[in-house]
Amino acid sequence: MGNKKSSSGGISIGARIKGMSDTNLLLVITIIVFFVMYIGAMIFQGGSFLKPQAFLNILNQQAALIIVSCGLSLVMITGGIDISVGGVVALVSMSCAVYLDYLGGNIVVSILIALAIGLAFGLVQGYLVAYLEIQPFIVTLAGMFFARGMTTIVHTNPFNVANEKFVKLKDTRITIPFLGSKNVKGIYIPAYIEIGVIVALIIVILFFCLLRWTKLGRGFYAVGGNQYSALMLGINVKRTKFISHLLSGILAGIGGFVYFMHIGSGSPSHATGMEMDAIASSIIGGTMLTGGVGNIIGTFFGVLSLSTIQNIVALAGLDEPWWIGITRAAMLCLFLVVQSIIIANKNKD
Amino acid sequence: MQNVDFTLCEGEIHALMGENGAGKSTLIKVLTGVYEKDEGEIFLKGMDKAAVIRSPQDAQKLGISTVYQEITLCPNLSVAENMYIARGKGAGQNWKKMNADADKILKSLDIPAKATQQLSSCSIAIQQMVAIARAVDMDCKVLILDEPTSSLDEQEVQKLFGLMRDLKKRGVGIIFVTHFLDQVYEVSDKITVLRDGKLVGEYEIETLPRVKLVAKMLGKELNDMEEIRDDSLVYKEKDADEIVFEAKGLQSNAGIKPFDFYIKKGEVNGFTGLLGSGRSECVRAIFGADRVLHGEVKKNGKKIKISKPIDAMKNGIAYLPEDRKIDGIIGDLSVRENIILALQVLKGFFRPFTKAQAYKFADEYIKLLEIKTASADTPIKSLSGGNQQKVILARWLLMNPEYLILDEPTRGIDIGTKIEIQKLVLKLASEGMSVTFISSETDEMLRTCSRLVVMRDRKVVGELSGEDLTQNKIMSTIAGGDR
Repeated sequence: MGNKKSSSGGISIGARIKGMSDTNLLLVITIIVFFVMYIGAMIFQGGSFLKPQAFLNILNQQAALIIVSCGLSLVMITGGIDISVGGVVALVSMSCAVYLDYLGGNIVVSILIALAIGLAFGLVQGYLVAYLEIQPFIVTLAGMFFARGMTTIVHTNPFNVANEKFVKLKDTRITIPFLGSKNVKGIYIPAYIEIGVIVALIIVILFFCLLRWTKLGRGFYAVGGNQYSALMLGINVKRTKFISHLLSGILAGIGGFVYFMHIGSGSPSHATGMEMDAIASSIIGGTMLTGGVGNIIGTFFGVLSLSTIQNIVALAGLDEPWWIGITRAAMLCLFLVVQSIIIANKNKD
Repeated sequence: MQNVDFTLCEGEIHALMGENGAGKSTLIKVLTGVYEKDEGEIFLKGMDKAAVIRSPQDAQKLGISTVYQEITLCPNLSVAENMYIARGKGAGQNWKKMNADADKILKSLDIPAKATQQLSSCSIAIQQMVAIARAVDMDCKVLILDEPTSSLDEQEVQKLFGLMRDLKKRGVGIIFVTHFLDQVYEVSDKITVLRDGKLVGEYEIETLPRVKLVAKMLGKELNDMEEIRDDSLVYKEKDADEIVFEAKGLQSNAGIKPFDFYIKKGEVNGFTGLLGSGRSECVRAIFGADRVLHGEVKKNGKKIKISKPIDAMKNGIAYLPEDRKIDGIIGDLSVRENIILALQVLKGFFRPFTKAQAYKFADEYIKLLEIKTASADTPIKSLSGGNQQKVILARWLLMNPEYLILDEPTRGIDIGTKIEIQKLVLKLASEGMSVTFISSETDEMLRTCSRLVVMRDRKVVGELSGEDLTQNKIMSTIAGGDR
């Protein structure tokens, strides 16, 4: 039996685990693992891990992935999957790049283009999944192929955007006081984050609140937990699924623009495999592929964990892509095993 | 369902009884708006007009709530969320208020669960009670419990009954659907019996002894049930015949109590009992179709182990399952392929029969059982129910089993074919095959079986043979004496 008021401290950890919902338990595991890993890296590898900027760089690099993963977690909590997001991100960057560079457009419109592309994918895929009841895997697989194909149609070759206003936006740095460090020559370099990080953090908070404190958000969990029951309880299952895909599409659009802001170019090979990274991050963050369990804060830490392990491996001198792949695979495995063991133990009696 | 009157009073537990297909679920679905009624009216207290119920939501608004046999709650959410989700106004979720409200209701109904607990950490009985609590909180005046006890153990059933009595005191009318006679007599005030979609009658519980209830459900009057059997083909017990199959203390994971069973060579026996009494579960345990937990099984006096259907098949046991659509036919395969399937499995898939062999087998049995099909290559799904059943029978006969189990082989097929199948069973037995025959129709059992194992509430409660094989005796054994 769980008892939240454990001020006396008389309740054992085991009992407290039993009182937690699966979602919260997995979240706690994720956060603990992340901090253990990061602090471990600071102690044993030292070097750049000791500088705050190293952590901020993870955020700078992964802002887009954080945003996209939030959408994916949402769909996965509802019991679905969305593998079109990587393609959408590539399409958004390419479309915005072409619009800004060749057509000399302005930034506000390019943001609207990004949103419109994401919205369109969300609408169509959501409709096909929710109302025509086609398997989400198939629908979004088609979406992925379509997005990749469209990207190449929009423009074939990779190129950098030289639009002045955009470059200015891209290079905007938000400095954070007191967190800077001195370089070898003893010059003080302030710590900074990019605009994308702000967007990502706002989205994480927004979606955390959506899932936690709104009826719509709890509906996602209910549908993912047991679709038939959710229907019998009076939830509009089709609409809930539709909205989950719609939001995932929109977030892929926003994520696409943030990705574009970070990388500053368009290319058909951009964001290759990003959907898989997003799925992996969600799973590490405690979202279950079977649906009904998951947390946006967990997803946020999932992304951080995934890139931290990548940095650790790189710093250890194993910089080849296959080493990164193998460590990620090992980490994913480890998480899945730990999760299933803990959940199984918890629900044993 | 036609022309059924049903009255439920405030603060009453009203049992709705009937065999399968009697129209219980149809009645419930009409009351809850899942089906639309063609004729008739539904009245509720305090309304001068007939109520309009077109959807489950309408029914809920009028205070009619249903708790189904399978739990329709979300296991990953908390108890409180399950009680309040998809209700109330506004888009926000106020956890504090919800948990406080939920705890209040759980406490007032004496349900041992916490509002913040995840539902999957509660037992099935508690989950069922949470579903009831949700219904109660939605201000329900009529609570329909559709087989709520089928997955509960005895203690849990008692808890549920406690809750039902409590609700009764608060003036909630409860419609209780179940197959368990003991439970009906334990909590109900009135019984309404349906049969073949028609109303048989409404009775006060005191005026209807069990035997009479069983008689009403089966549609037989007590005294006109002495029928003369066609004795010509019936097995005469010979002590010399060896026991072909014997089971001691057999128990499977399907919830039946351990039972003993034996069958002799050339004998036809059967399991009888009301639907849900565990007839099928027994034979499934024998065949290894459910996971066997305990028990010792002997075949021709030798100890064997059956844990999977293939083990049983290798030991010469064949089983024709109850629901041919789910367990039996493979609709898109041809008659020929369906016939040779079991034998092929035994032989191994890597040593297929030649086409000529397969056709020979198929043609032989199509002729023997008079299966009406255009050819051996016709897909089985285009055949009539009775002929599909014969094809499956052919599949098992082809194996030439020593012991054949037929679970409801005559359900949903026309009377002519029924009699053909009964004759075939007796003929096979006279040739030395042992057969266990299960049917919901008692006369059919009486015509074919020489010994009947009687079941009630998943327990073997008696065995009848010889003189005792009469409708009356069967019914009183099912009812458990004239209580």
